[in-house]
Amino acid sequence: MIKRAAALLSLLLLGLVFLRLVVDYAPHTALNPISEHYVAAGPDELGAANIVTAVLVTYRGLDTLGEVAVFFISAAGVGLLLRRRERDMGKTTTHRPASELVGTAVHFLLPLIFLLGAYIFINGHLTPGGGFQGGAVLASGIMLRLLADPHARLRHRTVHLLESSAGFGYVLVGVLGLALAGGFLDNRFLDLGTFGELFSAGAMPIIYVLIGVKVGTELGAVLERMKE
Amino acid sequence: MILLLIGAALCAGIVASALLAVHLGNTVSAAISAGMASLFAAITYVVLAAPDVAMTEAAIGSGLTTVIFLYAIRRTSEPPEQ
Repeated sequence: MIKRAAALLSLLLLGLVFLRLVVDYAPHTALNPISEHYVAAGPDELGAANIVTAVLVTYRGLDTLGEVAVFFISAAGVGLLLRRRERDMGKTTTHRPASELVGTAVHFLLPLIFLLGAYIFINGHLTPGGGFQGGAVLASGIMLRLLADPHARLRHRTVHLLESSAGFGYVLVGVLGLALAGGFLDNRFLDLGTFGELFSAGAMPIIYVLIGVKVGTELGAVLERMKE
Repeated sequence: MILLLIGAALCAGIVASALLAVHLGNTVSAAISAGMASLFAAITYVVLAAPDVAMTEAAIGSGLTTVIFLYAIRRTSEPPEQ
């Protein structure tokens, strides 16, 4: 009874917090000054056709670095919790093999899924999507592979090498921005190029490729850990 | 007007699948309903012209999270080994 009352009370308090948001809600009729600056000056300043990417990678680049760090810590936590113990090493669990439909489809779909993931993060500065989305698509490809063949293993050494060099490269690009351009993670130490071209927007494509590789390998490693 | 109706239907979908996820007894069905809530949210983001967020929500929220839940359910519900 007391438990119920406490739950009800906390629900009410939570509702009170959100009530103000709902009651005072008025749709924005104009952009606030900082958004207006991003929208108006972003394409000229940074050369990215996708404003979302310009904000995520450059204006708010430090936040994105923090997000990548959070991702890394959670992946490491999963790895630590689900590490294979000594006594489990010799044990091989028998899995039911996947159906032929899944097994055959993987051969057709896997290259396409990886291609789509790479496309999404390479074109992050031009079209919707970017490192996180592309990386998640890569990880879904890895997931499909693991579903089709329960005994498939990632090459841990390669995965770790890719992941750590991508993380290191990201910070390195940030420091290069600090040394050669206006500040940490400034993309303008490389030529901005022609607006809307693949090789444009300075270091932005490089940063998003690195994030894509990092997120893809991390999520893939988490999925493999979960499966074992 | 049409957009408003579509939005309302999608939001109803989010709420309905979230309620289902809470009330279903079977954990596997609950995990799948939670994934459905994410899928409805992803479509809502597309309707609201936020394709970047929609991609993340669809790939991570409804795809990977659901699978990780399913793996976790399998790991935790396995019969104790001798």
